Amino acid sequence: MLLIYCPYCEEERSELEFRNAGDAHIARPTNIADISDEEFEAYFFLRDNPKGVIFERWRHIHGCSRFFNAARDTVSDRFLTTYKAGEPKPDLDAQPKTAATVETYEALEGAAQ
Amino acid sequence: MRKFSVFAVAREALRGHKGWGPHWASPEPRPQYDVIIIGGGGHGLGAAYYLAKEHGITNVAVLEKGWIGGGNTGRNTTIIRSNYLYEESMDIYEHSLKLWENLSQDLNYNVMYSPRGVMMLSHNIHDQQSFKRHINANRLYGIDNEWLTPEQAKAYCPPLDIAKSARYPINGAALQRRGGTARHDAVAWGYARAASDRGVHIIQNCEVTGIRRDETGRVTGVDTNRGFIGAKKVGISAAGHSSVLMQMADVRVPLQSQPLQALVSEPLKPIFPCVVMSNSVHAYISQSDKGEFVIGAGTDQYNSYSQTGGLQIITHTLDAICELFPMFRRVKMMRQWGGIVDVTQDRSPIQGVTPVPGLYLNAGWGTGGFKATPGSANLFAHLIARGEPHRLSAGLTLERFRTGRLIDEAAAAAVAH
Repeated sequence: MLLIYCPYCEEERSELEFRNAGDAHIARPTNIADISDEEFEAYFFLRDNPKGVIFERWRHIHGCSRFFNAARDTVSDRFLTTYKAGEPKPDLDAQPKTAATVETYEALEGAAQ
Repeated sequence: MRKFSVFAVAREALRGHKGWGPHWASPEPRPQYDVIIIGGGGHGLGAAYYLAKEHGITNVAVLEKGWIGGGNTGRNTTIIRSNYLYEESMDIYEHSLKLWENLSQDLNYNVMYSPRGVMMLSHNIHDQQSFKRHINANRLYGIDNEWLTPEQAKAYCPPLDIAKSARYPINGAALQRRGGTARHDAVAWGYARAASDRGVHIIQNCEVTGIRRDETGRVTGVDTNRGFIGAKKVGISAAGHSSVLMQMADVRVPLQSQPLQALVSEPLKPIFPCVVMSNSVHAYISQSDKGEFVIGAGTDQYNSYSQTGGLQIITHTLDAICELFPMFRRVKMMRQWGGIVDVTQDRSPIQGVTPVPGLYLNAGWGTGGFKATPGSANLFAHLIARGEPHRLSAGLTLERFRTGRLIDEAAAAAVAH
């Protein structure tokens, strides 16, 4: 279970109080009725799904109920920072902090034959 | 390759089982192949097997980052069924179920397919309406699925608590008798052995780090930690890492990678005769031939590649199982693990061509890829060999997220993820 720092409550709370709300910094086109199918697909369906740092929205649904943004490493699940909605994307090193997943074959069994 | 038979087993029994050799070769990669398949799980190995068997393409390599069957093929809860709602889904899962029925004979390898029945519990009027809609859709399409009263459900699965006073009362169930389980490792090993026997190269510990293209954009091969390997066609069948690989070819795909957990109990004597799933309270459980209860938990709510997950996800599932089967309350859980599943927004898979010529994608199987292994592999081989999809997988295109022709199993899933 993750521990998440809510920038509004200024407190680190259990993941149970929060709801993940997908990628952050995705702007809805202002001319949504006019855009092409390709543009709508890119806005609505296509995501980077990065192995490394992801910028995502969380909602403190059982707390202050507000949306905020977080930068998290999807390999280690470690939060790099959380920040309030509307603030610019922080400039972070986009590489994963470790290349190793939590459970690797080498760690368990050695080299495959 | 040595053929498995009762005589071979008897001969080896007399010799102390010292005569069994390796089941597949581990060759050095060639500089160039006709087809490279990235991902040595059941889907990838199966596709290589069917390319060799049905399409005569044997100059094939399967590249696996870790060891074969070590990803989601070895991490799932081995459930097989085909009682989906939409025709596109029924087509491919039923094709798969038909292949499961004869897979052990086809591969000469016992995959331990056990059609013990998959029973889905209905807890409220909405479940009942939804399941009956599924049953009617399935039966009209020639797929077996039937409605059971609570008493019939109890007769089919005696540990079930059907008391009206139960925490999660049951008002019926849907049963697919041909559904069941199979031994997931054996599926990977059986396909690997049969593919290797037909000349396919299985290359483990070989991680793809880049996808190379020529000036026209066509795929020319892949960079790996063992150097460049050329190929005319490349198929991606890499589950949770599909979008990482597609990014190497500069294509964004509508996939999200999330951890999905499963766990097994200590081994018990045979008591649980079928597979039971409950959508409303999120539980699914079966008993393996070793005697362990195999229990599937849910996905975490966030994207992750960590192959782990939150404890609250599995305790939520265990809470439900203890209520549905009160006799299991004192069973100890033995092991827990996670796999990374690639989930699409409509919860239906993607199998088709990509914007990159020569690059084919088999992904998005999400939380239900194991049951589809033979069917998906068979149709993926057809796609790679012919360059166009088979009739049965023609609806699973990548373009459907642009055209809007979604296959909305998200609302029809057996278990909500």
